[in-house]
Amino acid sequence: MTLATQTDRIIDARGMPCPGPLMALIGAIREGEVGDAITVLSTDQGSTTDIPAWVRKARHELVEVAPEDGYARFVVKKAR
Amino acid sequence: MPARVVVLGGGVGGTLAANLLAKGLGRDVKVTVVDPTGMHVYQPGFLYVSLGQANGRWLVRDERTLLRKDVDLAVERAIRIYPDAGTVQLERGGSLEWDYLVIATGARLVYDTVPGLEQGAYEFYSLEGAQRLREALRTFQGGRVRVGIAGIPYKCPPAPVEFVLMLDGYLRKRGVRERSEITLLSPLNRAFTIESASKLIEPIMERRGIGLETFFNVESVDPSAGVVESLEGEKAEYDLLVLVPPHRGQLVIDESSLGDTGGWLPTDRHTLQLEGHERIFAMGDATNLPISKSGSTAHFEAPVVTSRIASLVHGTAPKTNYGGRVMCFLETGDGRATALRFDYEHPPIPPRPSRAWHAAKWVFNRLYWETVPQGRIPERASKGRGEA
Repeated sequence: MTLATQTDRIIDARGMPCPGPLMALIGAIREGEVGDAITVLSTDQGSTTDIPAWVRKARHELVEVAPEDGYARFVVKKAR
Repeated sequence: MPARVVVLGGGVGGTLAANLLAKGLGRDVKVTVVDPTGMHVYQPGFLYVSLGQANGRWLVRDERTLLRKDVDLAVERAIRIYPDAGTVQLERGGSLEWDYLVIATGARLVYDTVPGLEQGAYEFYSLEGAQRLREALRTFQGGRVRVGIAGIPYKCPPAPVEFVLMLDGYLRKRGVRERSEITLLSPLNRAFTIESASKLIEPIMERRGIGLETFFNVESVDPSAGVVESLEGEKAEYDLLVLVPPHRGQLVIDESSLGDTGGWLPTDRHTLQLEGHERIFAMGDATNLPISKSGSTAHFEAPVVTSRIASLVHGTAPKTNYGGRVMCFLETGDGRATALRFDYEHPPIPPRPSRAWHAAKWVFNRLYWETVPQGRIPERASKGRGEA
């Protein structure tokens, strides 16, 4: 796996059922600094809708969504 | 010499595991339960206490009366675990040696991580909290009731949903429902963690006029202004605020440097061994497993822990794995309930809410003391869906 975007923290939530990956992202956003880029790896199908929807609602920035081999990679920037 | 098993925690999991070990292994083990209070609390009852449907006395019993006579009980607080030395240090200066350790220490509530929570919000996750909320509701004259979740993971995931559904009926009975607004502030984009259950619950909430705010992860409470604010930047005004307090693993886990950042124990999802420790098992709310923190989980884990320890004691191949089985009732108000039965591989398919499930829950509440801690619930009756 090569990361197209620089990341400050990687959350490997593969194998975690819904809503684990989203909750792990929310926890990382809570703990992070404004400007941090957080990468989440998820095998959960629900993440493809839940994570972008939450990022939009919470007014952060979805930098990247990339399908990988059997999982999806999300990069989220803490915007505020 | 018998194998020494120390069980930390006298909740559902610890009590049942201790009894099953003593019963199953007889003279091959000496089991000691360590519990800081020596009292066993039936936590599912808090919800009913908060709504004036049960009193607190029913929920607490002396742990000694629930343990077999051949199980020792030390009413002590464990303050540090030494995995390599095989000892547990106790608060009053003593120490216990073990060959096998079962960590069933549960979760603790941490109020101070959310500003304003303790002053501004009620809760029903402790007996005292449930009693305070009951008094507040008894004199409530109407207004905006907001019910939310101040941290994930938390015990008994359906409880906030059950609370709003039951509160609707409670306020109607008191004649103040028309002057009240009930809103569930959900951390997710639906009412409940499990999608299939959410699909069942959301229409019921809508029919009863219960509001749903999604993606509301509580960040802070301003008690003087009567406002709760979310991580997502939303604000909700309230007249009565009920929040599930944030949970963490127990201090002894932190002090022993065995937990993750939340104080939860990294646990093998099938064997229930603490990762990297063959002779240490973790169960119930104390683990980091991606499954409900509930008494039911601990109830189904206890036979696996017992069987695995028996295999190690006797030097035989382990026969059982934990498959993630959980079964819990979900009160939908108006004297009806549904049931959630699931495991790691099979999400629940909740049946239509009925009076029969509500009655089953009450039978369970009543029979709990004489059945669950002693392992008297027959396996067949408690089978999860998807496991034949």
